[in-house]
Amino acid sequence: MASDTIVDPDFKVPAPERVGEEGKTWSHVIQNLVFTVDHKKLGLMYIGSGLLFFVVAGIMATFIRIQLFFPRSTFLDPDVFNRFFTMHGTAMVFLVGMPMIFGFANYLIPIMIGTRDMAYPRLNAFGFWVFFFSGLLLYFSYFGAPGLYNAGSAPDVGWFAYSPLTAKAFSRGHSTDYWTLAILLGGIGSLATSINILVTTFCLRCKGMTLGRMPLFVWLFVVVAFLVIIALPPLSACQIMLTLDRYLGAKFFDTQAGGDAVLWQHFFWIFGHPEVYILILPGFAIANEVIPVFSRKPIFGYPIMVAATVMIAFISLGVWAHHMFAVGMTSLGNTFFAISTMVIAVPTGIKIFNWLGTMWGGKLHFDLPMVFCLAFLFQFLIAGLTGVMLAVVPFDWQLTDSYFVVAHFHYVLIGALLYTLFAGIYYWYPKAFGRMLDRKLGFWHFWLFTIGFHLTFFPQHISGFLGMPRRIFTYEAGRGWEIWNQLSTIGVIIQIPGILFFVYNLIYSYYKGEVAGDDPWDAWTLEWATTSPPPEYNFEKLPEVRSRRPLWDLKHPDDPDWKFE
Amino acid sequence: MMAVGATGAHAQGAGADLPTHMVADMFKPLSRPAEMIHETSLLVLVICAVIFFVVAGLLLYIVLRFRKKPTDNTQEPPQIYGSTNIELAWTVIPILITVVLILVTSRTIGEIQNAKLPEDALQIRVVGHQWWWEVHYPQYGIITANEIHIPVSSKDPAKARPTEIILQSADVIHSFWVPQLAGKVDLIPNRTNKMWVDPYTIGTFFGNCAEYCGTQHANMLLRVIVDTPENFEKWVADQKAPVPPPQTAQEIEGRRLYYANACVNCHTIGDSVSKGIFGPDLTKLMTRQTIGAGVAPLNHENLLSWVRDPQILKVGCLMPNMQLLDTEAEAITAYLETLK
Repeated sequence: MASDTIVDPDFKVPAPERVGEEGKTWSHVIQNLVFTVDHKKLGLMYIGSGLLFFVVAGIMATFIRIQLFFPRSTFLDPDVFNRFFTMHGTAMVFLVGMPMIFGFANYLIPIMIGTRDMAYPRLNAFGFWVFFFSGLLLYFSYFGAPGLYNAGSAPDVGWFAYSPLTAKAFSRGHSTDYWTLAILLGGIGSLATSINILVTTFCLRCKGMTLGRMPLFVWLFVVVAFLVIIALPPLSACQIMLTLDRYLGAKFFDTQAGGDAVLWQHFFWIFGHPEVYILILPGFAIANEVIPVFSRKPIFGYPIMVAATVMIAFISLGVWAHHMFAVGMTSLGNTFFAISTMVIAVPTGIKIFNWLGTMWGGKLHFDLPMVFCLAFLFQFLIAGLTGVMLAVVPFDWQLTDSYFVVAHFHYVLIGALLYTLFAGIYYWYPKAFGRMLDRKLGFWHFWLFTIGFHLTFFPQHISGFLGMPRRIFTYEAGRGWEIWNQLSTIGVIIQIPGILFFVYNLIYSYYKGEVAGDDPWDAWTLEWATTSPPPEYNFEKLPEVRSRRPLWDLKHPDDPDWKFE
Repeated sequence: MMAVGATGAHAQGAGADLPTHMVADMFKPLSRPAEMIHETSLLVLVICAVIFFVVAGLLLYIVLRFRKKPTDNTQEPPQIYGSTNIELAWTVIPILITVVLILVTSRTIGEIQNAKLPEDALQIRVVGHQWWWEVHYPQYGIITANEIHIPVSSKDPAKARPTEIILQSADVIHSFWVPQLAGKVDLIPNRTNKMWVDPYTIGTFFGNCAEYCGTQHANMLLRVIVDTPENFEKWVADQKAPVPPPQTAQEIEGRRLYYANACVNCHTIGDSVSKGIFGPDLTKLMTRQTIGAGVAPLNHENLLSWVRDPQILKVGCLMPNMQLLDTEAEAITAYLETLK
């Protein structure tokens, strides 16, 4: 077993190969990336392009915040502003969130379940490239979309593109078509990857790894893959219907010809709400790996963690209309969706308590992955509670479409998802590149970003309470919103150096970081049993496991897990 | 950075002397539905705050208590895999909290959505347009725009006169939101939604369109002017009173230009041939406080600027620059200023 290396105290880890060493050139590197079907390279490419789009969409958000610093500011034209928030939202969900989570899935699932690659390596590469070009297509709208009278440019209909704003009458030019096609394409990539994840985990687990012994990380991605397969087709369907509306005279959403504007909302949110869980469950997946290792204890209540995940996924398919409490549903309809939405808080609460239970009685190591996970727990608690407030329909009648909602979902998507992604990057970077990320730079990143994050988004709860609607390019003075917007913008100015520290750390540590070795965190899952970075075939000999923590068994032969599970 | 004048203080327009509630704080409700929402919200906030302090406190305690100390040996802590009893406890307690929240929520939903309004309730119909509000008073035969005048109601059910608002849209989806009066309800094309307000005090209440509706979504502002029943009736009588004909040569020339240009295709003025329905009704234009759905105070300077080129005050709005000469713009402005 390749894992023999971890018990050999004299084994000296060689520094990993780098570009520029031993005749490796950039042209090799690029060829390597374009033609590869290796799940690890594709995983890193997913994460890398996700980070690239993250920076672009983040710059757009910065412009948005600058515009809102002063009331009646003329820094940006309304159309430019509207394009920015549309592109920011669309990119962050479809070009940052989705590829980042699939990147982690791709890189880690085959190693964690002890196999050599995904079940369909070429489908995997196809999925990545379809996603990547869908991103380029979306951004190409800035150059390609202008139509008659130069109407168009980038999409400006908001990331959920409510009809009939997308009808030909209100969205001239081709901007909406770029949005539609980019999302349709990205959806194909996501479906391909999800099918791949399911087949891989169901067919390629190593000897001894029953479903009950899979790392929770893998379990959560199985649930995510099911959710993607169920939730994405309605999105693709409504994109196709919209295109038919715009070009072939179908009248699904065209209200001027008797179509139904609310129909779009049902289609979109029956995708859109499971999508939120598609994005956040991978965050939980990372926390499920990081928190036990840095508490030095196994996850508390593994079976109920799996059950809670499945429950969240199942209920999430029945909550979509809580985005629509203001469209005028009957009181019965509103009550139903309020109940289903609140019920989802129960399994989510179980998860939080189980993480606390995992830490209870442990020995907490405050390394960077753990620090990001602790911040995640705190921020996700806030996000969850504001979510409960939004589920209370009367409260929601005030809060929906206000800045409170903006604050809420940024606490979910940044405070929870992005923080766990950062934790995951700090945790597995040594595995992927053989070198540790610098601790000092990492803490600069953590503190600047955390302070900036709270300063940016906490005040938005208050401006929402004070009646500030989302997506306004300007506001009049005297409405009580100035100070909260100004704090928010200052927060962004603090976040930016945090991100710069992070990006610098990624590059610096690649060349200069401390050599990590195979198992720098003294962890327990199979990815730490192979070399860092792992060879293309992952394991010389496929491993065999007897419990959920095979490396624990190896390191503690006198007290192995399989005696207790 | 400042493009156009602030719209805070005015002397112009009906109801301009009323107290203004510019900061639309949902925690200072001044109308019955908003107050019912407020009561429910406070309860929810308290419950959420308690949960927050318990869980965050627990997290903090764990972080302090179980952190690895430098004096610790390298022994691993006891390996605990779970506990059915504890897990059961933290499943049941959230379920109980959820049940309480569901009961409170469904009660308030019913109270607001299924409220029975008295027969004499004022009824108005608001039609959303890209980027302004058309306001009808079917009981009075009045049409106006952007500024909604309603009578004050009362906490005493015997004296209360709530206002029912029927919401429709002429183009895309908008949302009617005046936080101190009620929660928001969408205006959706091909659908009719209803809401009601029941304000306790007089004053001008500020609100916005809350559903993104295109370029000038930010400048689709709302004002609800709540006045005493007597003043409201006075306003109604004034809106129905005939407009005096233009007097000066410039005003008469302005009227000629108004009718000779495309203005009539989009705007309505009283019983004249100007019967356009795409833009705001101008019959009693000068009784309003603002133009462009709240983008600027209504005064001579702003009105002239708007007539000359609406794209200066509200870029992207659907009224085009009519390419008028300066003298023509001034004449039309003078004519419009007689509409009071």
